[in-house]
Amino acid sequence: MSTTATASASGERTKAGIRLCTRQDLVPNSGVVAWHEGSQIAVFAIPAGASTDLELYAVDNHDPFSGANVIGRGIVGELGGELVVASPIYKQHFRLRDGQCVEDESRRLRCWPLAFDGDDVVLLQEDSIVRA
Amino acid sequence: MNAPDNLTAPHSDTALPRLIVIGNGMVGHYFLEQLIETGVHRRLAVTVFGEERHRAYDRVHLSEYFGGRDADSLSLSESDYCDLNGIELHLDEAVTAIDREAKRVTTTRGEYAYDQLVLATGSYPFVPPIPTLEETTESHAALVYRTLDDLDRIRNAAESLAERDIRRGVVVGGGLLGLEAANALKSLGLEAHVVEFAPRLMPVQLDDQGGDALRRQIEALGVAVHVERATTEIVKGETHRYRMNFADGEWLETDLVVFSAGIRPQDRLARESGLAIGERGGVVIDETCHTSDPDIFAIGECALWNGQIFGLVAPGYTMARTVAGCLSGTCEPFSGADMSTKLKLLGVDVGSIGDAHARTEGAVSYRFIDEAGHGYRRLVVSADGKRAIGAVLVGDNSYYDTLLQYVQNAIKLPADPASLILPQSEGTPLLGADALPETATICSCHNVSKGAICQAVEGGCSDLSALKAETKASTGCGGCTALLKQVFEHELESRGIEVDRSLCEHFAYTRQELYGIVRVEGIRSFEALHERHGKGHLGCDICKPAVASILASCWNEPIMEPSLVPLQDTNDTFMANMQKNGTYSVVPRIPGGEITPDKLIAIGAVAKKYDLYTKITGGQRIDLFGAQLHELPEIWSELIEAGFETGHAYGKSTRTVKSCVGNTWCRYGVQDSVAMALTIENRYKGLRSPHKLKFAVSGCTRECAEAQSKDVGVIATEHGWNLYVCGNGGMRPRHAELFATDLDDETLLKTIDRFLMFYIRTADRLQRTSVWRENLDGGLDYLKQVVLEDSLGLGDELETQMQHVVDQYECEWAGALKDPEKLKRFRTFVNDKRADPDIIAVSERDQPRPARPEEIASLAVEVTS
Ligand code: SRM
Ligand SMILES: Cc1cc2nc3c(=O)[nH]c(=O)nc-3n(C[C@H](O)[C@H](O)[C@H](O)COP(=O)(O)OP(=O)(O)OC[C@H]3O[C@@H](n4cnc5c(N)ncnc54)[C@H](O)[C@@H]3O)c2cc1C
Ligand code: SF4
Ligand code: FES
Repeated sequence: MSTTATASASGERTKAGIRLCTRQDLVPNSGVVAWHEGSQIAVFAIPAGASTDLELYAVDNHDPFSGANVIGRGIVGELGGELVVASPIYKQHFRLRDGQCVEDESRRLRCWPLAFDGDDVVLLQEDSIVRA
Repeated sequence: MNAPDNLTAPHSDTALPRLIVIGNGMVGHYFLEQLIETGVHRRLAVTVFGEERHRAYDRVHLSEYFGGRDADSLSLSESDYCDLNGIELHLDEAVTAIDREAKRVTTTRGEYAYDQLVLATGSYPFVPPIPTLEETTESHAALVYRTLDDLDRIRNAAESLAERDIRRGVVVGGGLLGLEAANALKSLGLEAHVVEFAPRLMPVQLDDQGGDALRRQIEALGVAVHVERATTEIVKGETHRYRMNFADGEWLETDLVVFSAGIRPQDRLARESGLAIGERGGVVIDETCHTSDPDIFAIGECALWNGQIFGLVAPGYTMARTVAGCLSGTCEPFSGADMSTKLKLLGVDVGSIGDAHARTEGAVSYRFIDEAGHGYRRLVVSADGKRAIGAVLVGDNSYYDTLLQYVQNAIKLPADPASLILPQSEGTPLLGADALPETATICSCHNVSKGAICQAVEGGCSDLSALKAETKASTGCGGCTALLKQVFEHELESRGIEVDRSLCEHFAYTRQELYGIVRVEGIRSFEALHERHGKGHLGCDICKPAVASILASCWNEPIMEPSLVPLQDTNDTFMANMQKNGTYSVVPRIPGGEITPDKLIAIGAVAKKYDLYTKITGGQRIDLFGAQLHELPEIWSELIEAGFETGHAYGKSTRTVKSCVGNTWCRYGVQDSVAMALTIENRYKGLRSPHKLKFAVSGCTRECAEAQSKDVGVIATEHGWNLYVCGNGGMRPRHAELFATDLDDETLLKTIDRFLMFYIRTADRLQRTSVWRENLDGGLDYLKQVVLEDSLGLGDELETQMQHVVDQYECEWAGALKDPEKLKRFRTFVNDKRADPDIIAVSERDQPRPARPEEIASLAVEVTS
């Protein structure tokens, strides 16, 4: 968990990927939204079991049912053992793991691979995943 | 297809056991459906004979044949239904004999062998042996009312009278079917008369007063009623075709006579083939619907079970299921049926439940008689006064469902049983959802009635999400969710299915139980509660906000406490109401609706600066719409600067206290309603509760503040205040009930303290005071005992608890603005200062409003082109 990364600007490309925000921007058990090249990414930080670390999930902030950009402000919970976020507008649930809507098979939110790089939250790139 | 004269062999190509069904009426047809449902029809060669030329039709709605429906639309199936399922249907072919020895039936066209036989021959109308004029042409003096062909005959008879000035028709028999027949005559343009032998109409279902009320209503509709008339003969008439002479010397002339003097089981075949027959007719069956011949079953109106004939479809259907079960190896015994009925006769509601005649030993009756409106209701109660055992209703069947529930489910009666049949405007103790008639709309978005929901449940829907998917109820605005749940649970329960009242998959407790746990164990966080009493490891969007609300009403810690934040619904988290486009509304508190010009100007300035749509709400305050997340803190700091506080428009909490101007200005006012409204609003602002709370205070009985539609309503009197509780506007309006009178200021507040805290302790999640009250065992009396008489000894505790909450109050927005950590959350993007580019407003009537999708589309075109 120790970090040597210097605070770098958002959107900056680091070795690990593209920097979105920092650990301090996150709200445990809840979501925040990051802007990335015209996309709105809802980032959820869930305390992972006994360890103190946070697990990161990122899905599209756009709610396909209401058409509003609100997923990051939904309430996070667990349904049948799966982590989900409930849209704050019409309350449909989406799985954090893969964006799948629980109530409507035909709807799925786009997902992004995120990771911590020290205190930075970075968006992993296809190529960086391959290299990792 | 049939080869007459020899032993015809339907399904001759198969070696399957042969099942013959005699009769293609309502029950016979339902039986076929059951065979198909269970799949047994594939293991049998099924042949059906129907004497009528029509395939099975809906006899229950037979009268609609005169109301414009034809044979086809009354049909119970498509014409190729039997064909598609490999069942041979022979219509217009009556079975004339059964040879049980040779196991063959003879029909009007041939002979057929069977292995098993089902009798579903129904019944025929009884025509009393009255000497009747012999006529060469088809007689119009002995018509009956049972089949489509009967109705054609009645219609022809009526049409043959077309040239007459006054055409009159008489129905002999004032029972259920007789009245339907009378209505039919009326709809054919005849002057209709009903002649009944007994001293009242519907002698089987109604008592004297009920029959009397019905008679008055029916006479008011233009049908003449003659009771206690025994027809002795029908002879030639003078002005009309016939004259009916009665035993008492009176007579009546008429052009046609329809007999509806009861039905007799059609048991001729069974009788002639030596099957056991009841003393007064009917094929004797046991609880598996077997006749005295183990290879022959009987079902429907021709069957006699335990000395009883059932003249309704439902018991017949149950028998059909029993036999289909027996044939497929899972025989469910038939054990009788409830004969309660609810009908509309000539537009008049009539209901009869259980022991309508109070024949049970020691039975006690309550009666409500409305001579002006010819309404009548009777409730029959057991000797010990604990259970309802029967009821009679004439004129208004809206009581039926509730009463039936009481009778069938042996529900404990309210303290005053009479309230169940008293006019409902008095705030009768209704059985919640169950009191709604089948036709009540539950979801107005999708126009789903209670009936449709019941049907879905009947059809096997056993969880709420499946129910929503199937009926679409509650998938629109969602406003009906609570009511839907109530009806659904009620339906499950009334079918004997246990309802899981767990809050969600994480807590096997109800809200009330969790509330108790939190208080008793002094739990102050979700984690602690979840760890000790929950399942899984996170909670969900149901339990988190519910627990947050419980914690708040117990301890009233600011909802922006870090540990509480992730629990809140988004509205509570951001202390504003999210709108359809993801923006928020801002509602500052304006206690009692009183506001200074300076404050009005301040609100105006803020709205103008942030370009917010502004509207006066239905709650006497001002709503500013269209703020983005990152704008909320600035907007609120300006509002707070101007002296405003949060209005909690986002929370399940105190909303508004509506006031009228009161005696300060109004010439009628008797108390200062504005001052009281301010006191109340300032006392309970910030109070979290199972659902939102609305109050109002009126300065006199003219009630300009509409206090009687609020959770808590206060109306000034000469001597103080009258308190009303548990009113509701919204989806299911309910008048508040008078709870206490002429209270002084201090007692009024104490009473409200106790009332509200008791509600908060005992209500279900998202249950408004009105619904809570309707589900409260013991009703208003009980509530009065607890709150006014302190029967539980809780009074002081409830008051202390309220005082604690009141003392803890702090404007949430003021608190949040002081804390940079909390403000961190109010960023549209954590890594970018821009606003959400997808939020696009257009101007309408000089104010902004969200652009509609088509407007956005055209804007996009403008930009790109
Ligand atoms: C703004 C307002 C309409 C208006 O333009 O006048 C309004 C707007 C909303 N109402 Fe209302 N109601 C408003 C007065 C009413 C009234 C009239 C009154 O209070 O005198 C009623 C009927 C009275 C009653 O509640 O008994 C009313 C009955 C409802 C209901 C149905 C409640 C029920 O028990 O049947 C809902 C749905 C719910 O709460 O589940 C609802 C829900 C809502 C929500 C919260 C729907 C939502 O989740 O988005 C709306 C959000 C408002 C916002 O964002 O600020 N609103 N709503 C009114 C705000 C009053 C205020 O100052 O706080
Ligand atoms: C106007 C009217 C209104 C009604 N309203 C209601 C109501 O509101 N609620 C309610 O529950 N019930 C009502 N009923 C009663 C309901 O229609 C009967 O309970 C139901 O039809 C009984 O079904 P079943 O199959 O036993 O008899 P039926 O429907 O009478 O069917 C028997 C069939 O068998 C045929 N059949 C008889 N003998 C032979 C034979 N030897 N060979 C071949 N075929 C034969 C007959 O022609 C007939 O088609 C009403 C009835 C009428 C007439
Ligand atoms: S309720 Fe009475 S006091 Fe209040 S405004 Fe109306 S008339 Fe006047
Ligand atoms: S969803 Fe049912 S009323 Fe709107």
